[in-house]
Amino acid sequence: MDFLNALILLLNYTIIPALTYGSQLALGAIFVTLIYGVLRFANFATGDMMSFGTMFAVLLTYYFQSLGISLGVLPTALLTIPFAIVMMILYMLTIDKFVFSYYRIKKSPPVQLAMVSVGVMFVTQAIIRIIIGPFDRRFLDGEKFILKAMEFKEMTGLNEGLTIKSTQLITIVVTLIVVSVMFWFLNKTKTGTSMRAYSDNEDLALLSGIDPKRVVMLTWVIAGVLATIGGVLYGLDKSYKPFVYFNNMLPIFAAAIVGGIGNPFGAFLGGYVVAFGEIFITYAYKKFFTYILPESLAPDSLIQLLSTDYKFAVSFSILVIVLLFRPSGIFKGKIL
Amino acid sequence: MKKYLNVIAAYSIMLLLIILVGIFQSWSIALSIFNYCMISAVMTMGANIQWGYAGLINFGIMGYTALGGLAVVLVSVAPVPEAWEVGGLNMMVCILVIAGMVFSIRYVLKKIKKSKQRNYLVAAIIIVGLILLRMISGPAIENIEAVNPAKTGFLGGLGMPVLFSWIVGGLLAGGLAYVVGKIALGLRADYLAIATLLIAEIVVSVIKHEDWLARGVKNVIGLKRPVPYEIDLQSAPWFINLVEKFNSGKLNLINSVTEKQDVLKQLVIDASSIYVKLCMAGLFLLVVVVLLIITQKALYSPWGRKMRAIRDNEEAASAMGKNIVKEHLLIFILGSAVVGIAGAMMVTNDGLFTPGSYRPMRYTFVIWVMVIVGGTGNNFGAILGGFFVWFLWVQAAPIALFLINLFTSHLPETNALRIHLIESASYFRFLMIGIGLLVIMRYRPQGILPEKIIKQ
Repeated sequence: MDFLNALILLLNYTIIPALTYGSQLALGAIFVTLIYGVLRFANFATGDMMSFGTMFAVLLTYYFQSLGISLGVLPTALLTIPFAIVMMILYMLTIDKFVFSYYRIKKSPPVQLAMVSVGVMFVTQAIIRIIIGPFDRRFLDGEKFILKAMEFKEMTGLNEGLTIKSTQLITIVVTLIVVSVMFWFLNKTKTGTSMRAYSDNEDLALLSGIDPKRVVMLTWVIAGVLATIGGVLYGLDKSYKPFVYFNNMLPIFAAAIVGGIGNPFGAFLGGYVVAFGEIFITYAYKKFFTYILPESLAPDSLIQLLSTDYKFAVSFSILVIVLLFRPSGIFKGKIL
Repeated sequence: MKKYLNVIAAYSIMLLLIILVGIFQSWSIALSIFNYCMISAVMTMGANIQWGYAGLINFGIMGYTALGGLAVVLVSVAPVPEAWEVGGLNMMVCILVIAGMVFSIRYVLKKIKKSKQRNYLVAAIIIVGLILLRMISGPAIENIEAVNPAKTGFLGGLGMPVLFSWIVGGLLAGGLAYVVGKIALGLRADYLAIATLLIAEIVVSVIKHEDWLARGVKNVIGLKRPVPYEIDLQSAPWFINLVEKFNSGKLNLINSVTEKQDVLKQLVIDASSIYVKLCMAGLFLLVVVVLLIITQKALYSPWGRKMRAIRDNEEAASAMGKNIVKEHLLIFILGSAVVGIAGAMMVTNDGLFTPGSYRPMRYTFVIWVMVIVGGTGNNFGAILGGFFVWFLWVQAAPIALFLINLFTSHLPETNALRIHLIESASYFRFLMIGIGLLVIMRYRPQGILPEKIIKQ
């Protein structure tokens, strides 16, 4: 019984939150890695682009709510995602046309493109703040919980409760669907293969008649889908605040590099590596050990490796360690 | 003379802008902007040494700035004896443990050949060291933070003059740069950018959450100043006489004695704040000029030529027998040290240390915009970039407000769009900086004042 309690405790406070957070990071990390693999630069506007897509979802959610449209138990935001994606892709293609394409055609070094993306970051941040403001916004409606702690306790008779928020389940399910469709597209369709070829060797791809403009456009379209869905899922689970999205760029980068930059599957797993690392290292195991150890051995201290203040620092430390020992990432990078 | 015409023109325009602020807004604001411009200029010079001279991309400016600020607290604040009594010894032991860890790891790396066993040994040393550190520091930190937590709750500093902390700030930042450089300098440019960005974030989060060190997010206020305080000036007879002399024409026009006293009092209060800022400006100007002379000399020395050679063609320079790894590390340390000095200057100017305010947007990316806009590889350009971008950053909101009012003047006062735009005027600074950066990168990638190569 104690063992079960300990298991539920871990599940409730570490595994489910880590899976959720990891899914959100994974979507962002695949976005980073796609841009890096095909367009060949580190996109410092990642966090703000995700924020941009989410902003439309938030605004449309408010609009739909005022019209009385809703999805019942599901959050209205899910309904707005397609519209937000369209806006996001339009924005990305505009930015690409007026900013990035010039440097791509000139074959500028990646550092210059990264600096340009800093400029895009400033502009995007300004647009977001001018349109929606810097404030914290919640836009979750519908059913909040799938399983409440009390119900679970009554059901099983255990001491520990298990809470599953609807956003957690939605996040995990949607991520799995989106990522599987994307991998199917990249690996099984002709267009996806042409994208991979372009990423692998640009010159050879051009020789075999792949249209670079089409590949670039497709990359932005996929990136737009991933960025918007990742952003909306994060916003539903926590809340929407532009500054937080900017900060999320850092663990997302960590995830992309840990998984091997340029490798979408690596980025997907990298998201979970970073999320599990952050949560497992900063969780206080005191209660867990009181359950599984005999009473005489029960710990007095919190048994916390690092305080939760250092949540971000953990992901960066994982990154630094990976960079030191396996610079190409856990899963070999730069193959799309 | 003709060669420097564009430099002189650019600097005159900049000075004119600040004078215009003095005339139209107030001299106090103009001087504040001027002081911050100079701090930004020092940061930009540091970044320019790394990016302009050697092509190293350092997105960790924020971390070095924060470390420079920390130096001010550690050097100038009076020590807290109670805290030292309850936890000082343990903290000292911790430093010894860290030193022991570093030396034993170095010893292992040197003596044992590369193998799996060696990796395990290093990992074991780190884990044992961390556990030891936790055990020794844990109770000490609790005790230190319990000492009068509303006011102190930290170890305090050394109680030395604050100017000394500028040097210490540089040393601390340089020390961090040595460690970071050893870890990250082998990485490719964009990886290096990301790695430095994240390491800076770690540094700031340590400063934020280690309350025993510098009170963390509880801030340290009332730091020492190298210049007199306004309150002291306002009661100093020589200062009042000075103000009276300067404004004698204005004061003579007033007949009633009491009214004259009131006017004089107000004048003294205004003048004291301007005097303090002028003193600060003098100190900052000294730093900027000294750094400018040193960096100019370095840039046109054989060493500077070597750095440019390494930047422009690493393979060729390496083939000529230049040690690229060593030179990169050296320049990384030098540039970061300059940024550390700027961080210390900034905290001294503010008189308070607020770790919560260190954000990458303001302290890393804006500084980078300054470098790119000013002119990479040109020290005059770097300083100009620091001045110009900071000026824009501060004045963007008033400019935006003016433009919004101009373009929406046909709309009624209660128009929702107009009200919304006026409310968000302060965010237009991001827009201006971003568009400025994009335009410069596209049409003048070498910056306002491009790099000049003097051929001997």
